[in-house]
Amino acid sequence: MAMTGIEGPAGGVPAPGGQPLANTLSGTVPLLELRGISKRFGAVQALYGVDLDLPAGQVTALCGDNGAGKSVLTKTIAGIHPPDGGQILWEGRPVHIRSPKDSASLGIETVYQDLALADNLDIVQNMFLGRERLRNMFLNEDSMERAAAETLAGLHVTTVRSIRQPVATLSGGQRQAVAVAKAVMWNSKLVMLDEPTAALGVAQTRMVLDLIKRLKDHGLAVMVISHNLNDVFEVADRIAILHLGRMVAQDRASAFDRQSAVDYMTTGGSTREVAAAGSNQGRN
Amino acid sequence: MAGVGGVSGSGKAPEDLVAQAEAAPDLTAAAVEVIPPDLVAQSLGQYFRAWFARVKAGDAGVLPVVAALVVVAVFFEIVTANNVYLSSGNLVDLFDQSAVFIILALGEGVVLLLGEIDLSIGYVAAIGGIVAGLLVQPQAPPNDFLHNWPWWGAIIAAILVCAAIGAIQGTIITRLRLPSFVVTLAGQMFWFGVMIIILGQAGGLSVGNTISENVRSIYGIDYAYLDVWLSWLALVVVVVLIGASMWRRDTGRRRSGLVAPPPGLTVAKIAFIAVAGIILVAICNFDRSQGTLPIIGVPWVVPLVLAMVGGATLLLERTQFGRHVYAVGGNPEAARRAGVGVTSIRTWAFILSAATAGMAGIVAVSFQGGITTNFNGGQEVLYAVAAAVIGGTSLMGGRGRAIHALLGGLTIGAIYNGLFQLGLPIQYQYIATGLVLLAAVSVDALARRSATSGSVARV
Repeated sequence: MAMTGIEGPAGGVPAPGGQPLANTLSGTVPLLELRGISKRFGAVQALYGVDLDLPAGQVTALCGDNGAGKSVLTKTIAGIHPPDGGQILWEGRPVHIRSPKDSASLGIETVYQDLALADNLDIVQNMFLGRERLRNMFLNEDSMERAAAETLAGLHVTTVRSIRQPVATLSGGQRQAVAVAKAVMWNSKLVMLDEPTAALGVAQTRMVLDLIKRLKDHGLAVMVISHNLNDVFEVADRIAILHLGRMVAQDRASAFDRQSAVDYMTTGGSTREVAAAGSNQGRN
Repeated sequence: MAGVGGVSGSGKAPEDLVAQAEAAPDLTAAAVEVIPPDLVAQSLGQYFRAWFARVKAGDAGVLPVVAALVVVAVFFEIVTANNVYLSSGNLVDLFDQSAVFIILALGEGVVLLLGEIDLSIGYVAAIGGIVAGLLVQPQAPPNDFLHNWPWWGAIIAAILVCAAIGAIQGTIITRLRLPSFVVTLAGQMFWFGVMIIILGQAGGLSVGNTISENVRSIYGIDYAYLDVWLSWLALVVVVVLIGASMWRRDTGRRRSGLVAPPPGLTVAKIAFIAVAGIILVAICNFDRSQGTLPIIGVPWVVPLVLAMVGGATLLLERTQFGRHVYAVGGNPEAARRAGVGVTSIRTWAFILSAATAGMAGIVAVSFQGGITTNFNGGQEVLYAVAAAVIGGTSLMGGRGRAIHALLGGLTIGAIYNGLFQLGLPIQYQYIATGLVLLAAVSVDALARRSATSGSVARV
């Protein structure tokens, strides 16, 4: 496995090692640390020794062009594709995530665009799908409804008319909000959002971005996978950029500007002088 | 990547977005009309206004099937000789006849909820009826073990045999990932053949009002009647139980601060159930004999069907299994990611549809006083699908209720019975079946289209 090939990729890597970065950001151990994660599908090497830190209380944006390995990396953390090599540290302790159940029991939840909700079920039913509360063999609707209402209120999702309305009647932003609420409902510590604002209008996007900030304020670690640099620069505290399966850049968001981020995403490197932490020399 | 190119020269984009967002209109306005009226109404008047708005928006619930039932009843009452159609004797016949369609449609409905179809249940029903009918036969040789069973043992055995058939078909569909349409079509032919083999060996099968108590009990599902006092007592008990549970649920919700329908609505619903029950029992308790001996009472098949509809409603709407059936039908991928055992849910749906078909077959054997190789299971399954779809269950999965099977089965039974009353030969029944099925599927498609056009308003 190509687990050692990452230390010196194309020039200008802001944060080749995780340790100093994590320390400068929060002074504590990140909630989730990936060390040298590699993944191969047959002849295709999808991830080459990827390092990634996801600190609690911060939004980390995972960026990259199509085929960069964003989805594979997300699915590795979610337990759908267990890694071939490398180490996963959860709260500083090594863990093995071999199935979605493993990741869920650690407190990792993934919100997938358009895959999270059943249109024909209402909000409460969707939020409790797969983990219904029962009383004497039958569904305990009242208890579930109260808990769902509390979670939505805690996230300031107040635009829905009734939490008993079918998800089909919701707008795109509201659906995304319900999907996020569903994810955070289970005392999760890390929420990964896959393209949370794709296909949303301006106002809807705003609603979802506010929601992401609120998750962060609740002390959760948030990872946002996004193509949209507008959103990334608005909500992200940290940015990690994948290029062809390698982590080519990872630093606080202020260490990047749009051009350098695009350079990293498209070429795997940047000649621009923005990498030095705390001295953003962007052209703006 | 459009977003990247568009803003790469401007660091102010996020602020622009904020400004635009604040100027945007209320997000919820678009979707308001389609919300079920129970959720928003605070009074009876509001409820009906909200309900009417929803019907106008294209989501009519069970209204179309109830309207169809009324139209069919009025039409046949006018055209049948001596207006015999709505006589109590014919209505009880109609209930008996519809029972098979309703029970078949209950099981088919669960499969349809998943967006699958089970075409085999017509002949699986035949197998169920044959198993029960043969096991209760009194004659001893050649094999004592397979005769003289108590009627309840025979019914349980028949249902278990059918459940096993469903388990085999469901496992093939889910494990080999084959289309349910093809697998159950194969099942239809396979069990048709098996039916002919068994009936050929047994020389047909008949149940009737014989000295054997067990044969009489199977026959009596349709032709034995509850005592008049017992039927009224049962009605009172059932209405009180249902009413109390509805009332307790709504007041409980109101007390804990959850949205509940207005009390007037709860009362109206309970009153509606009571009135419908009184009419049903009264019709059955008219003397419908044309000869000397009085024929009075509710046939046992009526409480049987109602209990099965009630049980299916509980299963689908109040249990985790039912919730998962809807979820798999609505979005299998979301269900899978939420930890729902999609494969086992689908397998169980086919087991349920086959097991309920077994019960339908027993009722069919009772209704016809036996079964011959002329039993048309292919037609039965089409009636079952038509009944579920006419009632409001979607062929695309995710939408449907047990009550749809009841209303749709009654509609099919009403048409079937009416054509029979008119004395039309069998070929016209086939034509009518085809037209009814086509109409039902069209209604389903139209309902879906209006639902889709409603959701276009979503941002």
